[in-house]
Amino acid sequence: MTRIHDMGGRFGDGPVPRDADEKEVFATDWHARALALTVAAGALGKWNIDASRHGRERLPPVDYARFGYYEKWLAGLAKMLVERGIASAEEIAAGHSLDAAPDDLKTRCLVADRVAPVLRSGGPSARDSDAAPGFAVGAAVRTRPIAANETVTGGHTRLPAYAAGRQGTVVLHHGAHVFPDSNAHFHGEAPQHLYTVGFAAGDLWQHAESPDDEVRLDLWESYLVPA
Amino acid sequence: MPHEHHDDNPHSLLPSEPALRVKALETILAEKGLVDPAALDAIIDLYAHEIGPQIGAGMVARAWLDDEFRSALLADADQVITALGHGGRQGEHVVVVENSPSTHNMVVCTLCSCYPWPLLGIPPGWYKSDAYRARAVREPRAVLAEFGVTLAKGTNVRVWDSTAEIRYLVLPMRPSGTDGMGEAELAALVTRDSMIGTGLPYAPQASS
Repeated sequence: MTRIHDMGGRFGDGPVPRDADEKEVFATDWHARALALTVAAGALGKWNIDASRHGRERLPPVDYARFGYYEKWLAGLAKMLVERGIASAEEIAAGHSLDAAPDDLKTRCLVADRVAPVLRSGGPSARDSDAAPGFAVGAAVRTRPIAANETVTGGHTRLPAYAAGRQGTVVLHHGAHVFPDSNAHFHGEAPQHLYTVGFAAGDLWQHAESPDDEVRLDLWESYLVPA
Repeated sequence: MPHEHHDDNPHSLLPSEPALRVKALETILAEKGLVDPAALDAIIDLYAHEIGPQIGAGMVARAWLDDEFRSALLADADQVITALGHGGRQGEHVVVVENSPSTHNMVVCTLCSCYPWPLLGIPPGWYKSDAYRARAVREPRAVLAEFGVTLAKGTNVRVWDSTAEIRYLVLPMRPSGTDGMGEAELAALVTRDSMIGTGLPYAPQASS
């Protein structure tokens, strides 16, 4: 139903690892290179951030679990390159280009002097919408009972399993934002109203540390029904 | 109903050494004219040297000194951040959440590693670890204890799981004993972790 990346609340992970990598932004040179390559490849515009997240989420669980963070990024990047027709499996195996890229794609190459302005402008996800928001701040809501994409089997969603089927309260309304469950599959941005919903810890966990603690999540309108 | 395409996994075709995997992918894209190696250097340089937690720390220090700035930051952080010339990738929509004696805020991304890059830079390894992602929502107090943070009785924990493109920055409480300090002096007390919510600002003597 859910995928391995959806790990909120999971038991068994042990202490949070805090080690030498805290001293440096990048623990090794290849970490830095993997991040930069992923950012630069994304600038080609052949996928969006939701598709790229879903690419990592679809790694085989055994690989997702054993890979370090930037190894997941590299594996996700290789998947995106092949799926979006930028590189072939043969090229990935060879470690070299075997075929020229189309000229219109080459014009999208991020060059060095465009790096700062491109990163500065980012990719806002807020969209104008004529739809009236379905919920007001203060409304009691319940999340969908199953944390899954409604139209694509095994598809991308941002409703974590631990918060599915739970009652909470709308605390913020962010306007309409691109809907990842659609955008990740290139089915369009399909913007929906986005809300921050607060849940009492005691409503999420069997053994909450303190029932008055709270967890807040950002959830799209179609994840919610009136409570 | 459409189904997921069950493809092979291209990463299995790459070398086993991660550094060589990066090199292979970069080589392919550079040979195609789709990636400029100098642009990769520029991205790395930006996040290694320019965009980092000192940006968030400066905003926190100013919020401690300037009530009007603090109110504006809490009401509409995007407007303030844009006016300061920051913002952009992974910080397009920011909400600043303020700690108080009754509420301690803490930020996580259980589904991946969402983090306010333009204000704090690239997230530390622990923020992206399975242990933090799994545990921060279920047992934030146990995680805080590992980071050396014990909250006063009567303080509730509020965990923000960054499941959309909204990025959260914690505005920690100003430490006591800092009266009369200027913005730069205060900013030096503001740790990265205190803006994620897994730490507190330094006490004034600890930083000198």
